[in-house]
This record gives sequence, structure tokens and C-alpha cells, in this order.
Amino acid sequence: MCIAGRCASPTCRVSERDANVEAFRVADAKQAADVISWAAAEERPLEIVGGGSKRGLGRATQVGNMLDVSGLSGISDYEPGELVLTAGAATPIPDIERALDAERQMLAFEPPDLRALLGSEDRTPTLGGVVSCNLGGPRRVTGGAARDHLLGFHAVNGRGELFKSGGKVVKNVTGYDLSKLVCGAYGTLCVLTELSVKVLPRPETSRTILLFGLDDITGLAALMDGMNSAHEYSACAHLPQVVAGRSKVPVVSGAAASVTALRIEGPAPSTEFRAGKLNDLLRGHGRTHLIDDTDSRALWAEIRDVLYFSADRSRPVWRLSVAPAQGHKVASDIARQLDAEYFFDWGGGLLWVAIAADVADAGAQVLRTAVAAHGGGHATLMRAPEGLRASVPVFEPLPDALAALTARVKESFDPRRILNPGRIYAGV
Amino acid sequence: MLLMPDPDQEVLSRRAQIITALQAIVPGEGVITSEVERRAYETDGLTAYRQPPLVVVLPSTTAQVSAVLRYCHDNNVRVVPRGAGTSLSGGALPLEDAVLLGLGKFNRILDIDLANRCAVVQPGVTNLGVTAAVQHEGFYYAPDPSSQIACTIGGNIAENSGGVHCLKYGLTTNNVLGIEMVLVTGEVIRIGGKFVDQAGYDLLGVMTGSEGLLGVITEVTVRLKKKASSARAILLGFPTSEAGGRCVADIIAAGIIPGGMEMMDRPAIHAAEAFVHADYPLDVEALLIVELDGCAPEVDHLMDVIEKLAMKNGAVTSRVSKSEAERELFWAGRKAAFPAVGRLSPDYYCMDGTIPRKTLPQVLSRMREMSDKYGLRVANVFHAGDGNLHPLIMYDANKADELHRAEEFGADILRLCVEVGGVLTGEHGVGVEKRDLMDTMFNEDDLNQQQRLKCAFDPRALLNPGKVFPQLCRCAELGRVHVHRGQVRFPDLPRF
Repeated sequence: MCIAGRCASPTCRVSERDANVEAFRVADAKQAADVISWAAAEERPLEIVGGGSKRGLGRATQVGNMLDVSGLSGISDYEPGELVLTAGAATPIPDIERALDAERQMLAFEPPDLRALLGSEDRTPTLGGVVSCNLGGPRRVTGGAARDHLLGFHAVNGRGELFKSGGKVVKNVTGYDLSKLVCGAYGTLCVLTELSVKVLPRPETSRTILLFGLDDITGLAALMDGMNSAHEYSACAHLPQVVAGRSKVPVVSGAAASVTALRIEGPAPSTEFRAGKLNDLLRGHGRTHLIDDTDSRALWAEIRDVLYFSADRSRPVWRLSVAPAQGHKVASDIARQLDAEYFFDWGGGLLWVAIAADVADAGAQVLRTAVAAHGGGHATLMRAPEGLRASVPVFEPLPDALAALTARVKESFDPRRILNPGRIYAGV
Repeated sequence: MLLMPDPDQEVLSRRAQIITALQAIVPGEGVITSEVERRAYETDGLTAYRQPPLVVVLPSTTAQVSAVLRYCHDNNVRVVPRGAGTSLSGGALPLEDAVLLGLGKFNRILDIDLANRCAVVQPGVTNLGVTAAVQHEGFYYAPDPSSQIACTIGGNIAENSGGVHCLKYGLTTNNVLGIEMVLVTGEVIRIGGKFVDQAGYDLLGVMTGSEGLLGVITEVTVRLKKKASSARAILLGFPTSEAGGRCVADIIAAGIIPGGMEMMDRPAIHAAEAFVHADYPLDVEALLIVELDGCAPEVDHLMDVIEKLAMKNGAVTSRVSKSEAERELFWAGRKAAFPAVGRLSPDYYCMDGTIPRKTLPQVLSRMREMSDKYGLRVANVFHAGDGNLHPLIMYDANKADELHRAEEFGADILRLCVEVGGVLTGEHGVGVEKRDLMDTMFNEDDLNQQQRLKCAFDPRALLNPGKVFPQLCRCAELGRVHVHRGQVRFPDLPRF
């Protein structure tokens, strides 16, 4: 299939599936509005594609035409002193991270790079993609997700109208906070053209305390002790032995045991002090080990990008958001019933689960029952073959009143349902 | 003077019938009808506007809220939700033809779950009440609007309240995990819970800051944080606001996000000092209070950095708090700035714009010109960390045109905030106060998109009408899709 933004020549015109598929590559917001106006009038649904690295996320749908927005790229305004960066929606994340790094700043929500997980290594993750999927890495527990950092945006709605919301300042309550709504909407409400995000200083140092050989219950209990102490942490994960063994960080993979990890960041005198305090606090749970900046960064990048499940792509992968203290119960319910591998991030609040390829429904029923039985939450099928993503609800099904409201919200932005229709829920 | 929507005479004529219906839903004292008692609800924190409601209803269960809303929806009666009534933008201003729905009886803390670092509370619990319930365990609820002793969590969500610590610890929207809410149709929905994010659209995010226009919240799960092990503050005086502004920029550029960073201008410093005797320097143009919290080695280390940056920027006063009492004294003046200004003038009008920090000197200088033009004094307190400016315009409501002039002055300040790249409101909300200025920030398409979202929640525009938007919502008209089939398909666009 011809992937938008990667076509070398205009002769690369049609998909293998359908000779009527066209991809429109737009250079600016106005052109995007023109295409959407036409698509609305003709009721021709559009798949919205930026860098294309997350096309495998979401429900598998048959959408006729493609709107390639990769041209809406580039940082238009970045003032480190204001802690705000404004860029075209398709600006590659690596470009943004380079610009921020030069000023010792960062996107504090630590956006995951899911290319290895999804098998899209030759594509480019973009700011708009990260925001549309509301991704957030290990720092989600303290720093929030994309939703907590999007300050404002320009977009085109499903009527082909250009509109904006929010602003370029970090504190703003003028009008509805539509920035929240577009985060995690998977492009089903509007086509983002320009985004303003809050950025923050990058911590000077990063250290991680490791504990070895704890089971799920004691591992999460140790993390809770750390999280409930006054010694600010910035991430906390628990890797069962089979997962820890796949780490590229020698001290983690070489442990031949489960690894529980708690990250501390900040100025050097602070991390040193807190590492000492936390070490004292956690020692009671088992043998501890401290890793430094390089290993610490490498470990958290693996966790963030779910690299432990990237090798065997035949296994469907789920992402479960649950109450942190219930995480081990959810995992235990799943492991008892299915051939599954898993690990915990967010102190137990995030469970990544890889299911054996031959499990019918990719384990959806078992997973969702386990989540509901232990305080609630939601399960999202993050990686699966198209067939499964068409037959299994990829996102947590909604109760009737909420589903009806969701459909009305969709309609308020995109009355003809032409923007990524069906990507999150059928009919939305 | 602001115009509110015309009361519906037909609804007014049904008042007795409406009261009877509400009394059937909420028995006993839960329905307030007498003129004297209704007057207690006639205004909120924006006291320049007053209007007794049609009737007040104070339900105590979600089922009652649901039944009240369903009745009002089915019978085309407008509803104004209200928490503690501390809104500074008139968000809870009643309407003559609307039921005032008070959530004051929802005042219980339902569950404290420290293992999950959250609490489930009813919306009428006060902001400080949450912290009070968990502080013995070293936890607290982070957003700290200055009205926190009185304002409620439900109101905080409606307004997306901030406070002096929100640059580091976030606004309400970053500290709420879940809600139970009732739609205007009476349907009860739950969004989020003790976990982060939610399936589907982030409706919790859009409810937060929606000013009572989208639904009524009946239960809230808030995130709790562990209190930092130490905190110290530094008091810095500068000869010019430019120097103070540069120091703030340097602190941020040094990679420091202080727990709080507040600036006051000369009139605010003098007013606060006369009121609280915090030993503020009186010979400076800008006073900066910077608070650092965290472990003691971090606070000490960063305090050194800040002192050096302050010296570099020409600070003439620099005092680091040596005790908890002294730290609190530094804050006492700032926290009392509003009532302190209130002592200098019979009335004051508190504004709330946000500006890019770098424009502060320019904005203050333009504000001084406006002060001369309108013949009204102004004092400024500024959340310097996040650019949120609170000019306090002093006036006397008993003088013929002073309220009018104060409002005009305030509107000019907010237009200036937008002009320099900022926004109309940082934390107080649009309400009725800034409603008619929305078009300085948003064009018709921007506002229409927001109004269409409103239609998805409340197609008959019954919830809190007359707030936030300069025009009443016209859902039928906004919902029409204009189709131009067969138009030329942009021949100049590359296709693949």
C-alpha cells in the first residue's frame, strides 16, 4: 500500500485494495479544510495520517481516502522561558526533542515510541499522533499524559471549518477545554494542524533503585512504600523475571529474578539524598541496587516503549489502566486463566499484557472481567492483527448513556462522520 | 451592564407548579421558596450582580439531582448549579426564571484510599476539607485557590481552579481522577475512577472548567499527594518590575520550577504591609516570593541558585525564611492582598488574565496609563510562575459611575492580555463577567464549535444559560450541515 508521506512519485496513486482510494497530501491548514469540506459534501470518509507510525493502533476499519498531513510540520514558536512550544501537528517527535534538549527542557509526559512494538520502525512518530493517542510514559504517575500538557490547538472540524481552542500560556480557563477532548480522540473529532504544548526543565540527574526477586504482591507493596513516602519519585515499575530477562541493561537482565524499579530525578544533591533515604526505606523488602544516569535512562526507555514485547509480534498486546493497588490482583486473575506475559508500570496502575497468539478474542473477555472485578479501569488492545482489531472491541466498551453521549460529541465536531470513522468505536 | 437572558414569562407563571413538583422530589427543607431565604443565593463572589432565583433546591442524593434535572428538562425549566457560591466571575449568578440547584448537602467524604493515593468525596466538600481529612497521614490535595476554606470541590471542577502552587502541582484538571455526573436529561454517568485516563473521549477533562454548562457533578475522585518534607521561601525586592521579571525568567531558565512564585507591585506591597505587617520592604517596585519545597538538600541547593540569580538581577532585598513561622509570614501578606486592598477602597474589582511572562513590564506600564485614564487606582498581584495576573481595581460603588468605569478598565486590561498573546482568564472562569469579551479571543467558528459541544450535552440550553458565551446556544441552527456537492476538487493539490 502506498503510504502517505512516503511516496516517491505522484504515480504511486492507488492502494492495492481499492482503485478508488486517493491520498490527499496537504501543505497547510487551508488545504486540509478544502479536502475535508469536499469529503463532507461527498460523504467520503478520510483516514488522517501524519507520520504513519501508529496506523496499527485502534479498530481496523475500511476508510476510503487518506488525508496526508505530514506537510504540517515544523516548530513555529519556542520560547524556553515561557515553557511553551508551538509546532505543526506532524512535526516529528525527534525534531521536537532535539530542540528541547538544546535548552535542557523536555516533554514531561515522556511520550512512548511504539514503533518497535507496532512494527512501524520506518515511520515517524509526530506530535499530533502522540497527542491524538494521549500517550504518556513512566512519568505519567507524577507528570501526567499528553492531555496534561496540551495548552491549545488549531484544527479543522468535520465541516471543513478552521477553528482554535486554548492558548499559548500555561494557565487558561477561557472556554471549554477542548484540548483535553482531542487528546485520545484518535483523530475522530478534528484534524489537528498546530499544537501548543507545555514543556518543562529536564531533570539534571536520574537514578533508579532496583530491588530483586520480589513477587508481584511484594514488588508493588515496595513501590507503594516509595510512592507514599515524602521522597519524590518520578516513575515506578515491576518486571517479572521473564520480562526483566529481556532487558538490555545488564544488571536487570543478569539478575535472573524479577526486578522492581523506582526512579528519582532532580538536581544532584537532591537525587543523592533521596536515593539514600529510599534505599533505607526499601531495604526491608530485599536486596537493593542503585543504577546511574545511563543505565537508568536505558531501563526507563525500554519500559516506556514496551520493548519487552517487541520481538514476538504474533502476540496480541494489551494496555490496562487500573487502580495501582489492585494491579497485582488483575494480573493474577489473567495469569491464572491465560498464557500471558505482563509487567507493571505506574506503580501497578498500568499493566502491559502480551497474550499467546492462539487465544480466541485475544483474551478480551478475561482481561476486561479481571479489570472490572478489581476496582475498574480500562483495557485497550494495543497490538493485534487487523482481523482481531475488527472483531474484538479495541477500546473498553462504554455503558449506554456514555456511549450515546460519546456519539453526540462526535457529531458535534464531525456530523458526517468522515474523520477516522470507527477508529475508536463503531459509529463514532 | 451585562444583559442576562430574558426571563421566560410562561415559566414564571408556572412557578407554583414547579415548586410543588420539586417538593415532591426533595422533601422538607430542601426546597426554598420564600423571598427572604432566596435572597441568600442572589449573588456569588462577583457581588456587583444580584438576582434572586425562581426557587432554590438543595438535593442530598444523586437520585434527587437526577429527578430534579429530569423534571426541569421535561418541563423546559432552566437550572443554575451552585457550590459554595465563591465564583469571582458570576458563574453561579441566578436567573429569575431558573431553579438554583445547590450542592451544599453533598458534603461527605466517602472514601480515603491512601494505597491508591486518592479520595472519593461529594462535590460539596470544601477544598481544604479534603486536605484536612488526610493531612494526619502526611497527604494533601494540591490545588489551593485562595478561597479554599470555603470553595467546594464541585465548584473547583466547574471552574478548573488553580492556586499559587499550580505551576508545579497542576490545576484541578490535573488532580481529578474520576466523577459521577448527572446529565440534564437525568441520566447518571461515571467517568474515570481510581485509575488514570478513561475509555473513549476525555469527558472528565472537558467537564473540568465547563462552568456548570454541561452537567451536574455528584461525586469526585481526587488525587492525593504526599506533602514535601521541607519548604522554605525567599523574599526578594527589586527596584523595577523589569528586574523582577528578569529574575523570574532566569529562575525558570535555570531549570527550577518553584512550588510557588508570586509577585506584587508597589501598591499591593504597601496595602499588604499595612494590613499584615509582614515586614515587606516598602521602597521597591516589585516584590517576589519564591517558595521551594522538597527534601532539605534540594531546597538548600536551589535556594543558593535563586539568591545568586536575584543578586545578578539587582535585588535590593533578599531574605530567606529561617523558620516555618517566618515562611508563613512571607505568605501572610500575599494571601491577604485582596482584603488588604479592600481596606484602601470601599470596593475592588479582581481581574484574572494570563500573559506570557516576558510581557509583564509592558502590561504593567500600559496598565498605569489606563489607571490614569479611568481615574481609578490599581494594585497587582501576579502568579509569576505561570503568568496569571490579578489586577485589583479600586472603586467606590456609591459613586455614580465608578462601577461602570471599573468594568471598562477591567475589560481594557483583559483585551490587553489577549493582545500580548495571553488569555481572558487564568483561573476565575468566564462566567458572566468576561462573557462579552469572548470574541476578542475567539472568532465565530471557534465559538460555534464550543457551542456545538454544549448541544451534545444540553440540546435545550437549560443548564446555566447566559454564562460563558455571548449568545445563547441555538442547537438546531448550529447542527445544520450545509452541503455543497459537486464542487471542484482542488486540482492543484498533489494526490498519490
